[in-house]
Amino acid sequence: MLILKCPYCGVACDETELHAGGEAHLTRHGPGSSDADFEEYLFMRENPRGVHFERWRHVYGCGKWFHAARDTATLEVFGTYSAQVAEPPKDVRAAITAKVPGWRWRDLS
Amino acid sequence: MSEAVSAVQGASASGFVDVAEAGLVGMVTIRGDLGDSDFAHAVWSVTHCGLPKKRGIAAGESDQLLWMSPDELLLVCAHEEAEARVQALSAALSGQHHLVVNVSDARAVFRVSGSGSAVREAMAKVTPADLRPRILGVGEVRRTRMAQVPAAICFDGEDQATIVCFRSVGTYVFDLLVRSSKPGSEVGHF
Repeated sequence: MLILKCPYCGVACDETELHAGGEAHLTRHGPGSSDADFEEYLFMRENPRGVHFERWRHVYGCGKWFHAARDTATLEVFGTYSAQVAEPPKDVRAAITAKVPGWRWRDLS
Repeated sequence: MSEAVSAVQGASASGFVDVAEAGLVGMVTIRGDLGDSDFAHAVWSVTHCGLPKKRGIAAGESDQLLWMSPDELLLVCAHEEAEARVQALSAALSGQHHLVVNVSDARAVFRVSGSGSAVREAMAKVTPADLRPRILGVGEVRRTRMAQVPAAICFDGEDQATIVCFRSVGTYVFDLLVRSSKPGSEVGHF
């Protein structure tokens, strides 16, 4: 069972109280972008075994979207953070590095 | 104006806890910037309640404010006062980005009461929320789900909990609580 702490209301939520929102930190390429960028944005997703960044929505609670960093293999949660950021904050990255030295995810490490 | 009736018309039942519908309760959803002092002042001028802390409840003379989300409060007042509160709040908050809606007749309120840990015992069977007293204390609002429907739970004391859910699922929640408190079905977890 996956338990994530909602960064907005501070509640430790069971995954059944949440809605998964797919991969985090996607850059939207819309009209006017190149075909390659648009394809990347629309279809290409990470599917790692290990460190992953996701979007979740606290749907049975405060209703807010947030980000989570977790390990897809062990279900270990490294941290949850605000939805209003384009990349993971330093403390979350440090927490991952402490547990998984040398991790890589897209162009983050 | 037709006569207002509550979702399950005040039904009650007894198992190892007592389950009763609270009847007609006035509820007003207020949304806005809770960090804005103008918002806090406007809400205070109508309800005489300060803003509640995160997941908390603020009580005034007759009204209560429940923290529902970082930008949402639920005002609990007498059912017949709700419409007047909406008018007064709308006037007080005019000019600010806000939303005030009377949801009294769109919600159902239940009270579960019993001795010892019986109330937590009955509730924990139907919600994934961690109901241990050190995690969910008295006077804390926890929005979660009860079986398949959303609900807000608050322990008024160790012997009583209040549940707010959508009116359309009022019968479902009542039946759920009655089934969950069937005598002899205690789990003995708490």
